[in-house]
Amino acid sequence: MQNNVLNYLNRIVREKPDKLAYSDGDQGLTFRQVYDQSRSVGSFLHDRGIYKKPVVVFMRKSPQEVAAFFGVVAGGCFYVPVDEEMPAGRIQLILDNVKSPLVICDRDTVGIARTFALGEGQAVLYDDISAVQADDGVLSEIYERAIDTDPIYIVFTSGSTGIPKGVAACHRSVIDYVEQLSEILAFDGDTVFGNQSPLYFDACLKELYPTLKFGATTYLIPKGLFSFPTALVEYLNTHRINTICWVVSALTMVSALGAFDEGRPEYLRTVAFGSEVFPIKQFRLWRQAAPKAVFTNLYGPTEGTGMCCYYRVERDFADGEVIPIGRGFPNREILLLKADNTPAGVGEEGEICIRGTSVTLGYYNDPERTAAAYVQNPLNTAYPEVIYKTGDLGRYNDRGELVFVSRKDHQIKHMGHRIELGEVEVNVAMLPGVRMAGCIYDSEKKKIVLWYDGDPDEKELTRALKTKLPRYMLPNRIYKVDKLPFTANGKIDRMALRKMYEKG
Amino acid sequence: MEELLEILRDMHPDVDFETEEHLIDNGILDSLDIVSLISEISENFDVTITAKDILPENFNSAQALYELVRRLEDEG
Repeated sequence: MQNNVLNYLNRIVREKPDKLAYSDGDQGLTFRQVYDQSRSVGSFLHDRGIYKKPVVVFMRKSPQEVAAFFGVVAGGCFYVPVDEEMPAGRIQLILDNVKSPLVICDRDTVGIARTFALGEGQAVLYDDISAVQADDGVLSEIYERAIDTDPIYIVFTSGSTGIPKGVAACHRSVIDYVEQLSEILAFDGDTVFGNQSPLYFDACLKELYPTLKFGATTYLIPKGLFSFPTALVEYLNTHRINTICWVVSALTMVSALGAFDEGRPEYLRTVAFGSEVFPIKQFRLWRQAAPKAVFTNLYGPTEGTGMCCYYRVERDFADGEVIPIGRGFPNREILLLKADNTPAGVGEEGEICIRGTSVTLGYYNDPERTAAAYVQNPLNTAYPEVIYKTGDLGRYNDRGELVFVSRKDHQIKHMGHRIELGEVEVNVAMLPGVRMAGCIYDSEKKKIVLWYDGDPDEKELTRALKTKLPRYMLPNRIYKVDKLPFTANGKIDRMALRKMYEKG
Repeated sequence: MEELLEILRDMHPDVDFETEEHLIDNGILDSLDIVSLISEISENFDVTITAKDILPENFNSAQALYELVRRLEDEG
């Protein structure tokens, strides 16, 4: 019985010590190096008397940052990734929330880290602490004492109030996720991952832990390559990357800019995507470019430990159709609850709620917001059972597949009609040539205001939209823009849209 | 050139595009910027930038980008 995520590392270092585990393409670490360095970090934490505490890891995305994560867990603590890409104000809010006794930095970030108010915390260099003598006795004692409901990380997600929420997840949730995901996407020892997501989101769990489980290899693709599609495809081929789990916008950048005219990703066998609706036209380009690959749509909130629903794309989709999110991973149940807390029937909309081991521990140092989203299962009054309410609305289609409909919290009443702004956005985004769309509601003037990023002009857009939406749902003000404001988590930033609107 | 500078300034009013020579290396232009730049250029100039020309060296400065557009105009 596996109770600790480090069991994956302890096992694989005996089987494949010299295999490359994590690399950025230029430099990398073998499993032996990851193991040794993480044990040094764990021993250092023990030396400092740091145990069962959050430890901030503020490093550039690198193989060493990954080893630092495992080192924090080896010391019986939980890692809190922070990145220089985050706005300074957000970093300070995170530091204030977790009050970490230690901030692990590299040479590039240590100067930046020291500009923040660290409280009792101390900034140290990874290179120093990953070279100390490991204390095997101490580390095995920490390992034995760990229980699988202890947290291993906190990652921060944006809150509608502007204060980020720190989602804490435990060994058991992560082990369960890694096991289920690995089966669904058929990872194995030959898997070569091309990681796209930043390491400060739970999205990177998909690569980091299955790499340990199977002795696979993960390439941390330099972020800059996601601006240069031809070079990106070359990178995939050079490193024989066969498995990618990317956000849709990263995938469409490659296909929409015509990279496949220059070269194709030759080794791809698994393409997983999520976070956004995949425009069917772009999806087809990917299919043609990687005909042997299995394509899987993934869905899941951070609070449910990574992804919790999947849909393997096996049939054809018409332009404008939405690829379903399918069904729940094994060992978690997706409940679709109506506003009165009863289950939604076939074709009815309900809030997507998650039940099971994958439900995370809650928001760190934030009991109020935890209580609002992590609630007693209303269908069970017999014993305590926490479910997570995603705030996402879904419904089952005629084939019994779960389909994402919209967010719950941007519902408006307009001209006597109940309207989901998300629904307007999804419909605009599905129009040919449209990449992104965001809406707000001006309740005073009773106007739906739309910003979009796409090829058609306002007139063409309105014309096309009329074929998709009832008249009362058509936006009253439409602005075509170069790009929409995003929150750090890649969601459309409605607060910023509202500010833009108020400024005129 | 002025037209191109305007497009760039609309994107990042805070950047001095006449002197900045490391738009990519310094992370000033990101993936989304590149995508919108390419569509802006195809609208405002009579050229299409295809994948083989979407390279860091062509986007590191306004001057480099201008030269790319000129070359494509000549070829077209």
